[in-house]
Amino acid sequence: MTYVARQSGLPKSRTPLKKRIADAAAPYLYSAPALILIVTVMLVPLVLGVSYAFRDIQLLNPFSGAYIGLDHFRALSEDQAFYRALRNTLWWTGASVFFQFVFGLILALLLDKPFYGRGLAQALVFLPWAVPSFLAGLNWAWLFNPVVGPLPHWLFGLGIMSEPHNILSDPQLAMWGPIVANVWWGIPFFAITLLAALQAIPRDLYEAASIDGAGPVQRFLSITLPFLAPTIAITILLRTVWISNFADLIIVMTNGGPADRTQIVASYIFTQAFKRLDFGYASAIALVLLALLLAYSMLIVILRQWLLSKD
Amino acid sequence: MRAKPLLLTIAHRLAILAYIAFALFPLYWLLKVAVTPNDLLYSEGIRMWPSRASLEHFDFVLRHSAFPVFFKNSLIVSGSTAVIVTVLASLSGYALSRFNFRGKYWLVALMLLTQMFPLVMLVAPIFKILSPLGLTNSLTGLVIVYTAFNVPFATFLMQSFFDGIPKDLEEAAMIDGATQFVAFRQIILPLTLPGIAATLGFVFTAAWSELLFSLMLISGNDQATFPVGLLSFVSKFSVDFGQMMAAGVLALIPACLFFLLIQRYLVQGLTAGAVKG
Repeated sequence: MTYVARQSGLPKSRTPLKKRIADAAAPYLYSAPALILIVTVMLVPLVLGVSYAFRDIQLLNPFSGAYIGLDHFRALSEDQAFYRALRNTLWWTGASVFFQFVFGLILALLLDKPFYGRGLAQALVFLPWAVPSFLAGLNWAWLFNPVVGPLPHWLFGLGIMSEPHNILSDPQLAMWGPIVANVWWGIPFFAITLLAALQAIPRDLYEAASIDGAGPVQRFLSITLPFLAPTIAITILLRTVWISNFADLIIVMTNGGPADRTQIVASYIFTQAFKRLDFGYASAIALVLLALLLAYSMLIVILRQWLLSKD
Repeated sequence: MRAKPLLLTIAHRLAILAYIAFALFPLYWLLKVAVTPNDLLYSEGIRMWPSRASLEHFDFVLRHSAFPVFFKNSLIVSGSTAVIVTVLASLSGYALSRFNFRGKYWLVALMLLTQMFPLVMLVAPIFKILSPLGLTNSLTGLVIVYTAFNVPFATFLMQSFFDGIPKDLEEAAMIDGATQFVAFRQIILPLTLPGIAATLGFVFTAAWSELLFSLMLISGNDQATFPVGLLSFVSKFSVDFGQMMAAGVLALIPACLFFLLIQRYLVQGLTAGAVKG
């Protein structure tokens, strides 16, 4: 009798200790390599970077390294180049996100319904997404160059330009160069995300609406747009943060010039670190940028809560 | 009644064509200048196709420049990064998909944080950390940095692929006596091959395109990746447009190959991970 009872009780309560420890440790073992790498290569430098903002760190000066408190921030508050970069960032981000979103949404709507050759069309219009950003920048810089590029000649032919010159060296227009390149490069991202959201909308809603006599515009406004709204909001939020940090195109196409007219905060940080090797000042600017981005994200989240609670 | 739908269809196809033209024109122009011989470059500047095409620029770039070295370096860096990230991300993605454990919330929060803050903040500290270790101006240093940058997004991506596979499969294997790791390796991983391919392609393209950190960390010509090499070439010999564009066309090849491989999964697969990431 006792023998039978012991045997039936065995499987659950008598799991060997070693196996139970192994089971408990398993998820940590699976995620440990990724976690260790993220902490050492991203989190530690992030904390270190924050501390640099309060220190005098210049790569070529062996006597630097002392803590200097808020000196960098005082210098920053009087740095006209920084304020210019801040204004340029707003302009660069606003125009890029706006045009990427509008053209991306139109493209997603065009690709939503099946038609002959849709797969091929989709592959071709999404291709810019795969082009490395440095190459996209160089490619557009060459297109704007009157020596080898057609764009200045076309603009001249249309009467928009008085003579075919390079807009990248024109202080008034230079920012449009990287913005156009960024729009070309970023439309696919918005189109891909919005298209996935569009295809998740139940089709019978549209049928029901058209039986009830709703026209295409009405269907778009009362079905498509409300369904897309959450995706649009989160994509625009993430994209805004991402594009305001995206310095590749500007560094490749204009390097901030002419006369700092295309310098954004992200490229200004890179210039301070890379050209002037002033790591302390670069980190101070980066900290201010981080604070501004956090404030922006909080604002959007609060705005969203407020809009939701109003309904 | 028939005329209106037809008109709409024509407008729709024209709009699609306009988008295709806008997307492809810059790449077409790159190719066009790359095959234009030098003596025709200025005289036929804005013609759509030169009256005489030649491969002389490609020939020069491949045989008499440092671009094959840059190409090889980029291939090593992007290839190693893609493989290492995919291995690490399938492990951590599996942990997020299958286990509930203490600290999971913090792990996800940390990974989301790394997607939000500007990476340019890390340029200076990473240089300071890697420099005494002898990892600046080294391909190994680049691989370590790129691997860390790409692991979080790749983890979310792999997690979304694992989430699509029913749990019963490995439970059945474990009842038959396999450990969970064996079940993961022999049953779940083979089923996620499309996801693994997408992750490999995605990370490879990201590493191939990265510019700021390779500019900062690499100084010598023999360790230069493609972006660094091409940019230094542009600033030094900015009159050799044919050669620069031929090099540009070469830089485009691996990215486009990977894109063609994964574009089928783009709308369905990547966005599942992208929205979360």
